[in-house]
Parts: sequence; C-alpha cells; structure tokens
Amino acid sequence: MELTINGTSHTLNLPDDMPLLWVLRDALDITGVKYGCGIAQCGACTVHINGEAVRSCQVALADVWGEVTTIEGLATPEALHAVQTAWIAHQVAQCGYCQSGQIMQAVDLLGRNPAPSDDDIDAAMSGNLCRCGTYPRIRAAIHSAATALRET
Amino acid sequence: MTRLGKYTRRGFIVASVAVAGGVVFGVRTYRAQLENPLIAELGQGEAALTPYVKITGDGITLITPRAEMGQGIHTTLASLVAEELDVELDQVRIAHGPPSSAYFNGGVVEEGYPFPTTDLGTVPEFARAQRDIPAVFLGYQITGGSTSTHDAYVKMRRAGAVARETLKTAAAARAGIPVARLSTEGGAVVLPDGTRIPYTELAAEAAAVDLADAPELRPRSAWRILGKSQDRLDVVDKSTGRAIYASDIRLPGMRFGALRRSPFLGGRLRSFDASAALAMPRVDAVIDIGNGVVVVAADTWAAMQALDAVIYDWAPPDYPLDSAGHFEVIAAAFRPEQQDSRQRDDGNVADALAGAQAIEGEYRAPYLAHATMEPMSAAALMQDGALQIWAGTQGPTVARREAALAAGIDKQAVTITTTLLGGGFGRRGEMDFVQIAAKVATQMQGTPVLLTYPREEDMSRGPYRPAAIGRFRAVVADGLPLAVDIATASPSIMAGIDARGGAPAPIPAFLPDFTLSQALWDQPYGIANYRVTGYRSAPLLPASFWRSVGASQNSFFHECMMDELAVAAGCDPVEMRLALITDAPSRAVLAAVADMADWGTAPVGARARGVAFALAFGVPTAQIVEIEDTPSGIIVRDVWVAADVGVALDPRNLDAQLISGVSFGLSAAIGEEITLTDGAVDQSNYHDYPVLRMYQAPRIHTRILENQPHIRGIGEPGTPATAPALANAIFALTGQRLRDLPLGRSVVFA
Ligand code: FES
Ligand code: FES
Repeated sequence: MELTINGTSHTLNLPDDMPLLWVLRDALDITGVKYGCGIAQCGACTVHINGEAVRSCQVALADVWGEVTTIEGLATPEALHAVQTAWIAHQVAQCGYCQSGQIMQAVDLLGRNPAPSDDDIDAAMSGNLCRCGTYPRIRAAIHSAATALRET
Repeated sequence: MTRLGKYTRRGFIVASVAVAGGVVFGVRTYRAQLENPLIAELGQGEAALTPYVKITGDGITLITPRAEMGQGIHTTLASLVAEELDVELDQVRIAHGPPSSAYFNGGVVEEGYPFPTTDLGTVPEFARAQRDIPAVFLGYQITGGSTSTHDAYVKMRRAGAVARETLKTAAAARAGIPVARLSTEGGAVVLPDGTRIPYTELAAEAAAVDLADAPELRPRSAWRILGKSQDRLDVVDKSTGRAIYASDIRLPGMRFGALRRSPFLGGRLRSFDASAALAMPRVDAVIDIGNGVVVVAADTWAAMQALDAVIYDWAPPDYPLDSAGHFEVIAAAFRPEQQDSRQRDDGNVADALAGAQAIEGEYRAPYLAHATMEPMSAAALMQDGALQIWAGTQGPTVARREAALAAGIDKQAVTITTTLLGGGFGRRGEMDFVQIAAKVATQMQGTPVLLTYPREEDMSRGPYRPAAIGRFRAVVADGLPLAVDIATASPSIMAGIDARGGAPAPIPAFLPDFTLSQALWDQPYGIANYRVTGYRSAPLLPASFWRSVGASQNSFFHECMMDELAVAAGCDPVEMRLALITDAPSRAVLAAVADMADWGTAPVGARARGVAFALAFGVPTAQIVEIEDTPSGIIVRDVWVAADVGVALDPRNLDAQLISGVSFGLSAAIGEEITLTDGAVDQSNYHDYPVLRMYQAPRIHTRILENQPHIRGIGEPGTPATAPALANAIFALTGQRLRDLPLGRSVVFA
C-alpha cells in the first residue's frame, strides 16, 4: 500500500484495518500524533488528510483517501505555522500531550473560518480534550493566529 | 502553643522524629552523605560542580530533577540555578537526570507535619528548617504535594551560586587575579580587562576547586530571571510534536505491549487461555503478570486486539459489588474505633452542641479517575542482566527499587530515564506501570518493549481518589458559628500506596494518614468550639493521590458547610469568613477575590455566585464562581481566584497553574465519577467519564499575592475551592443545597 505522509511516500505492508494512528506511531515512528482514547472522544490523534482534520484512530489504513499531514509536517522548526507561533506566544502547552491534536484542529478551523467567534471556537475545538485546562489560552491563541493569518 | 488549638500526641510523632533526627545526626553528617550522581557519567575535561550543574566542553546542562507533568517545573528549577550561575536560560540545556537520593524532596516532609502551615510558632518553624534531615535519609525523590518549588528555592539557587564561585576561583587561579576582582555574566567569567572566559573552558580546572564556604544568595532586588515570566523551556517542542513522552520512546527492534488486568480491581487472574491470541498475526507473546496479562505484538493495536481474544478466569472481588455498598462501608467508619486522627479540638464542642438547635449535613464525594491525557506507559529493555526503563514517573528512586524487585535483580542494575509526563495529577506517583514493564522486559530478554495501557485499562482499573463522606453538626449564634463538629471518612491513601509498593519506606500503621483530614483540620478559622475528626474506613478500591489529595473532598465538605452556616446565621459568606479567619494572608486572598469579582454588587440577570476558601499545601486560596441559568442548563461563566504563594517566581506560569487547577476542580465537580456495578467499574473511556471540554471552560481570572512568609507551590492549590464555590453558587441560584458530587447528578449543566 502506498501512503504519502508529510510529503514522503511510504510503501506499507500492514493490515488494511489497522488504524492510521498506529500506522503512524508504531510502524513509522511518527510520534507527534498521540493516542488518547481510540474512540474519537479526545482528539489527541488529530491529523490532516488532504488538509482536513480527522481523528486518525478512526481511519483504517485502507481507507486513507489522500495525503496525510501530521504535526511534524505542518511546518519546520525554523519556519513555524502561524498557529504554532501563537501557541508559543501564549505559552499554551502544559503537559503538552494534547497539543499536537489541538494545533492540527485549530489549523483546520482557521482554514475554513479566518475569523472565528468564541462560539465557532467552541464548536470546532470541543472534540479536543485538554486535561491540563489550557482552554482559555487555546482560545486566545486561536484569535491571535487568526489575526496574524489575515494580515499575511 | 498556638492560637489554632491543641495538637494530639499521635499527630506529633512525625514531627518529633524529624527534629530528633537533626539533633542526633547533625547537619554536617547528613550533608556528607549526599552523592553526586553526575560524577559517574563524566568524560575528560567535564565537571559536575553540584548535582545540578554539569559543564562539558560543548555546553552547560542544568539538572531539573522533578517530573515535568505540565506544571512548568523544569523552567522554574532551571531559573533558580541560572539566576545565581549567571547564565541565560537560552544558554543551557536541561535534563531530568538520573534517580538519586541527592535529589531528595524536603518539601514533601513538611506536608506530613502536624502543624497548620499558618502556625509560625517556634516549634513548627524549627521543624520546617530541619525538614531536609529526614528527607535525606529517606532519599525520596518525588514530585508531588506542590512541593517542588519550595523544596528547591534555596537549594537550587545555592547550587548555582556554588558553581559560579567555583568557576570564578578556577578563573582566578588561571589568570593570577584575585577572585574578588572577577565577575560573571552570560555564562562566562569576566576579567577586569573585559576578557571573557566561558564556563565551558573552565570545567576541568573548576572540578579541582574546593570552596571553603557556601556563598551568600542574592537578594530579590538583584534578580534578573526570577520574579519575571519566562518562556517555558519545553514550549517549542510541545508545539511542534517533538516533545518525548514515555509512549514516544522508540528503540531498534521495539515491540509493543498492551495490558489487561482484572475488572475486579487488584484481583487475581486464576487462569487464562491465550491460544487464540497467540494464533493471531503480529502477536509475539502473552505474558502472565499475576493479576492480568500483557500481549506483546508488532504494534500496539495488534496487542490491544489480541487482549480481547484471551479467555480470562478472574478471581471474584473482595469489596462490595456496587457503589452503594462502598459508601455503606465508609459511612460505617464514623465510630471511635476507626478514628484516624483528631487534629483539632478547640473549646468544648460536646457541651456547645448539647441541647442547642444544631444544623447538620452529610456530604459525599465519589471515586475519581486521574484520566491523564497520556495513558500509563513505560518502555523497558532487559539485556545482559541490566534493566533499562523509560517512564514518566513522579518517583524515580522508588521506581528503580520497584523495577528491581519486579525483575528480581539488584537495583544497581536498573537505569531509570524519566521522560516528560503526559499529565500526572498524582497518578504517575504510582508504580504499577514500572513494575509491569519490568516484568515484561524480563520475559522478553533483549527485546525492547513499549507498554501502553489501553484507555479502558487506564480508566477502569484505578487507583482512584477515594470516595469519601463528610458530616458536620454546628450551632450558630449572634451571626457567627459558635460550634462546629466536622468529620471526614474515607479509606487511607497512604496505606494503599504502601501496600502497592509506592512508598519510600514502610509506613507505620499507628501513624495517622495525614492526607485523610488534609485541609479540614488546619483551616485558619477561629471558632470557639471546633472539632475535626478523621475516620479511616476499611480499604476499598485502590486509593491514590489525586490532584490536591484529601483537600479535593475535604474543602468541599468544609466550605459548603460554611455556606450553610452563613445562611443560618444570616451573614454574607465572605463577611462571615473574614470575621473568622485568624491568619492575615488568608484574609487577604478572600478580600482580593471579593474585590476582583465585585462581590458587593449583585450579579445581573439569571446569574448567581458562590464563594469558597481553602488553605491547602500552605497556599491560602479563595474563589468565586459565577454561573448563569440558561434554557439549556447552567453555564459556568467566570471564576475569580486569588492565591498567596509567598514569592511569585514566574507570574505567567502561576496564572496557568491556577487556571489548570480550577479547570481540574470544575471538571470533577460538574461530571466526573467512578461507579461500580457487579464489582466492575462502569466507566471505561472519555464518553462515560466526561472531563471538561472547551465549550464548558469559563473565563478564569487570577491574582497572586505575596503576603505569607514561606514560598509555596501552585500545582494543586487551585483545585480544592472550586467544587464548593460552584455548589454554593448553585444554592444561591436555585435554593438547592447540593451535597453529593458530581453536581451534574442533581442539576443540568449546559
Ligand atoms: S485517540 Fe483518536 S480521538 Fe482519541
Ligand atoms: S496540555 Fe496537558 S492535556 Fe492538554
């Protein structure tokens, strides 16, 4: 099976029904994507397929319908995505375990909605749990990133 | 002895041991026993000037030997050293370092003292000053009890100062210039002519220097780094997916393990049939760990699938089968034979209550899961008699001992690498994942295995914050409480930890469990007749530390009671507390939060507010919660929180931790509970153990005060007052007095 992940194509010999999450983490050592629940309840496993946020724990390998982007492929450390820059400016992360998923979800939100309201943020981000309670800073960071992206 | 009343003899034993230790062994002796664990790993021309500062040719590494579980401790600890060492935070690397008794935590010893933290009398202050003596003997490297900052405050600045003076002395010898004429700045010694000698070039010479005296620490007025908000040293890695948690450890040839233990917590696996599981593709092994199995496979998913294919015969539970039965056991503990402590007994409660019109209430708090976002995990490799473990542990020295015991080898043969923790909240002070990883490694010689708990395993097998019951009887007179008799009952956390192998040393059964009545007996209220009793129930589900520990239930009991008494006395709940609190910093946080929330002005529309105060982990904290009644249910709109940490080292991080603590308390208060049916836990994942989500997150306004005399930590103090403030707000809104957590059982939240 052929899969393009973060711009690199991989030939994989793995079970069709293996969730993309575990393909990434255990077969390809792409560990920025996290396991939190396995049942679409936490958002820690969020990646993009063709630019759209999906829960990788819910996508079987055989069903991956496009190019996969994980947090590692979102940007480079030298040239961060505006959402990451905002995350750093607001010092969002605490334990940090949920943050890959939060950032991938926020990038998706801002791609669809360049000026989200608080309600829009609630609707888009409520599938991503943070046990450390970083929600107020995530909200602030999304507003900052939205402003920054509109200005570029 | 103290304004706060009498201490019982039994409670005093812990402190006497601490003080006696100081007298017998003396400060010098115990200092001499400290090892420097870094020395063993040094190469040519490298120096470990203290256990916290390692200098090699290519850089400076600061050891920050506490678990980074989100609270920002690595950045704060590095700041303490960097302040005195005269380096900038972007010039250093940080590392957690190896497990070592050198990294003992003296702060955690203070937590067990039988003195209220507000008592500044001679004996309590002496015991606090001597806290490191018992801590050194225990060699207990632990992150917990919100102690890391106050444990490190002097010790790690001193480590920076010692390293700095050592480097200066080496530079003075090299340059032939008196030390007094040298200065330091930006990681270099500066000679009078402006020549800079980088610390990295002085390492070898500095290693030979022996300082005569410990240097003085700089006054706060001279601080460059401390007292100012710092960018977290882990924030870029945590925003780019590069942060490494235990579950991200990958080694050549690694296989992946998943765990299943008995649904009857702590119960044995009598037998099992793994033939179907072993026949599955990608499965390597099914390992018997006594109370369950670990499947090892080519990937975690295959291992999880195979767990379902094993046929298990579990031994039946040895505890009541449903939640009601558990509360019956706890309720039965309110009797003299099960008294664990009576650490406060002011005036004469029995006389004051006799014949009076008493107000009574019973409150209940359920079992709670930690539900860290990263499920428990650990990587392990056993090779040639040596065991390596990678784990996000809150107690690396105990982890090393427990890994050695589980593997049946000497602890010298065990290496523990402490990774970042994907949340801790007390859960990662438990040793189960280390013990199990070690057992798996012994069966998989030469093959590294990453053990991951499926979320279902993590959620439904404990250990938990124990369920608890609080009861009170009280009398008010002339607008104030005249007599309060309050008691709490729950299983003992300390006994449970001890039994599971998580304690630094065996805990004598005659000692009271200081966590049981934590934040109940030591609240700074002056009430003429005031009695606080803790009762220890029989052991039930495995009980553990859960962010703010005993305070997480006891503050709910105490502060809802205070609200009931204010109503009965016809007194404003803020005014009543201000009138009763005898400790000035505690009064100040309450006054501050009232000011922040504009308490004197009634909330508009369908809104209502509640207030609560808690003194926990030495930090007085006051909170006001404002809620709104909406057609879809109650919405928590705003939380105001004021806390006094004595010295605010990193204001923006303190803000983050208060927000985090409040959110954690709110999450539990609204919807979290672990219940049982037929002996098994009902909850298995986030769909039936609902934790706070973005749409429920209120605005949280914080203020840090610095009136109290001791520096204190902030990881936990934000949590206890949230649940009672919310319950009291609901009473203000609806007139309904909710006495059972979670509150979402009784009212609808939007
Ligand atoms: S792991 Fe996929 S949503 Fe939780
Ligand atoms: S930062 Fe810890 S779970 Fe979100």
